[in-house]
Amino acid sequence: MLQVRNLSKSFPGVRALDNVSLDVVAGSVHALMGENGAGKSTLMRIVSGLDTADAGEIRCSGRVVMIHQELMPFRDLTVAENIFMGQEPTRGIGGWLDKPAMHREAQRLLEHLGMTLSPTRPMRHLSVAQMQTVEIAKALSRRAELLIMDEPTSAISEHEVEALFKIIRDLKARGVAVIYISHKMDEIFRIADTVTVLRDGRHVATHPIGELDEAKLIALMVGRELSVGGPRSVEAAGEVALEARGLTKPGKFYDITFTLRRGEIVGLAGLMGAGRTDVANAIFGMTPADSGEIRVHGRPACIASPRDAIALGIGMVSEDRREFGLVPTMSVKHNLTLASLRGWLLDRRAENRIADEQIRAFAIKTPNRNQSVAHLSGGNQQKVVLAKTLLTEPTILILDEPTCGIDVGAKAEMHTFIRQLARDGKAVLLISSELPELLALSDRLLVMREGVLTAELDPRHATQEEILQHAMPDSGE
Amino acid sequence: MKSRLGLVIALVVIGAALAVAKPVFLTVPNLINVVRQISINGILAVGVTYVLLTGGVDLSLGSMVALAGVVAASFAHPGEYPVFVPVLLGVLAGAACGGVNGFVVTKGRVAPFIVTLGMMAVARGLALVLSGGKPVSNLSAEFKWIGDGLVPILVLLVVAGASWVFLANLKLGRHLYAVGGNENAARASGINVDAVKLFAYTVCGALAGLAGVVLAARITSGQPNAGAGYELDAIAAVVIGGTSLSGGVGGVGGTILGALLMGVINNGLDLLNVSSYYQAIVKGIIIVGAVWLDRRKEKS
Repeated sequence: MLQVRNLSKSFPGVRALDNVSLDVVAGSVHALMGENGAGKSTLMRIVSGLDTADAGEIRCSGRVVMIHQELMPFRDLTVAENIFMGQEPTRGIGGWLDKPAMHREAQRLLEHLGMTLSPTRPMRHLSVAQMQTVEIAKALSRRAELLIMDEPTSAISEHEVEALFKIIRDLKARGVAVIYISHKMDEIFRIADTVTVLRDGRHVATHPIGELDEAKLIALMVGRELSVGGPRSVEAAGEVALEARGLTKPGKFYDITFTLRRGEIVGLAGLMGAGRTDVANAIFGMTPADSGEIRVHGRPACIASPRDAIALGIGMVSEDRREFGLVPTMSVKHNLTLASLRGWLLDRRAENRIADEQIRAFAIKTPNRNQSVAHLSGGNQQKVVLAKTLLTEPTILILDEPTCGIDVGAKAEMHTFIRQLARDGKAVLLISSELPELLALSDRLLVMREGVLTAELDPRHATQEEILQHAMPDSGE
Repeated sequence: MKSRLGLVIALVVIGAALAVAKPVFLTVPNLINVVRQISINGILAVGVTYVLLTGGVDLSLGSMVALAGVVAASFAHPGEYPVFVPVLLGVLAGAACGGVNGFVVTKGRVAPFIVTLGMMAVARGLALVLSGGKPVSNLSAEFKWIGDGLVPILVLLVVAGASWVFLANLKLGRHLYAVGGNENAARASGINVDAVKLFAYTVCGALAGLAGVVLAARITSGQPNAGAGYELDAIAAVVIGGTSLSGGVGGVGGTILGALLMGVINNGLDLLNVSSYYQAIVKGIIIVGAVWLDRRKEKS
């Protein structure tokens, strides 16, 4: 059905895919696994035609449709209009919509998928699972023979997952091939026929599911022990720097209480959408909590904006560095100094000196300090954001997915920096979706699930499975 | 920097062509005339550069010009007040309008296009109310001096020079660029985004007020109907000068070059006896063409 041969793709500074091959058989579910940044998304973007490869070959004998993790429906249009977007049935000349045909056909597709839903319902009234089914109906209406599903269960309940799996088995029976991307082990073993593991842009292994168990699969994905220089001594932790008490923002997070000590790295684990970033944004004043208390160095703090947070010695490196980290129209130098300009007048000489110091200290790869920051690679951009944040001399540092989307080398450097920060006495809250990273770097580990803190673990003894158990909805309890 | 080089080349080429076709173009009186003609538009363009840099827009410039002219003229009758009083009041009238624009844009979260479109009507109405719909004339000689000879050019030079220094050397100037380049990142860097925007709209209003004062002095009366359409010429000059409408990129140097280019073309068409009807068409094509060329360059 699908043959991918020796595919390679590079982005500035990152080798996203390196000589990857993949075969997908019609009527089977092929799971694609790997840590964040392993190259799954890049590969799927190329297969579905959203991106082009630098080298390699793709042979595909049918139509490919990808269902993205973040669904992007036309919320104000109806279910039927969404299904037939761009391929509406028409009548006569002038393109009059054949609405009866549209509704009839939509009804048929939805019933086929075991869903009772009026084709005339506006999309915005649907649940995420229902929207997903509509997406699948849309794919079927286009006679898709290969369906790519990127983390389809990240935002739906266990009950809905069961319904989705029923649909997938059904598609399989009709000869549709499915590429299934997920981080959730149990799902893979329930639905997949074959598993391919990618790591750092390379193909690691492809096995029939029967030959694997969880331990083997994790070993393939992780592949290497993350060594960040020996175990950490917890005694190093000093006095309490940050204290959150009962932070609540309805719909986002509830009753979040924890402390953060100087010299300590506290990891915050959880699945996407668990509310980790929302908590970070609340502490940093981007979107303050509705109730609860934050204490900084023992004193109650009122943080209504990032300005307040920075004044209190809190720094944050956001998960979305393009949106919240960088000013793309500015140079590396101006980005570096942006948060720490003092006085009224700019001191250009000092600015140049500081920029050069930071470029050297963080080994930022840039031709010079006046280079536009938009031209840097992801890892170097991330270093710019970290350096910028550190120039505000924070004592408390929130790092939200600091190694997301950067290459392996930069990742290792980032780990060293984070370690060093704690050694320098800063209190670090580390949010990451990469469990090995969290286990290797953290002194303590908090786990969030659906807006609530569910566990505090000791990373020296905790395992990835244990963390996932506390992080995954409707499991274990 | 590169886009400015293109502008300079365009200016030189057009200037040379005009000099060949109409030798009178290169005479000192004519060149002074060109700069004097762009002085009002230049002051407005420098002011609206602040707003465009933050990613906003101000459509109320022309109405603020009229309001400030009427206000200033009302206090500029011979023997009433020292000349700084009408000047100051005119500038303050503009600043007040700009401040309201900025306040509604930031606190009300209303799109700048809508807010300043509203102010365009309100300020025009205020100018008509204050003047009773009639020109305010009988102005003192000291006041009229502001619009005489080289004075408007001097005002433009001071405004442009001060703004150039401001944008390049003050922290607040840097913050203007940051807000326009990426508002969220600016906020996350501890910048008070609302204050920066409020400042930009207020400065823009104050400079529109100043332009109104100069215009009233030059035409020796406060005209409630003056300035209609000025905002478009000012925004055109800024955009031709390389400032991005989406904010974060550009500066006063380009704005002045943009205003000069528009002035030279106007002057050239006048010298060539092109009717003003056709001049409008040419101006429109040049505005779009200049930006089009700029975008193509950006892509490559």
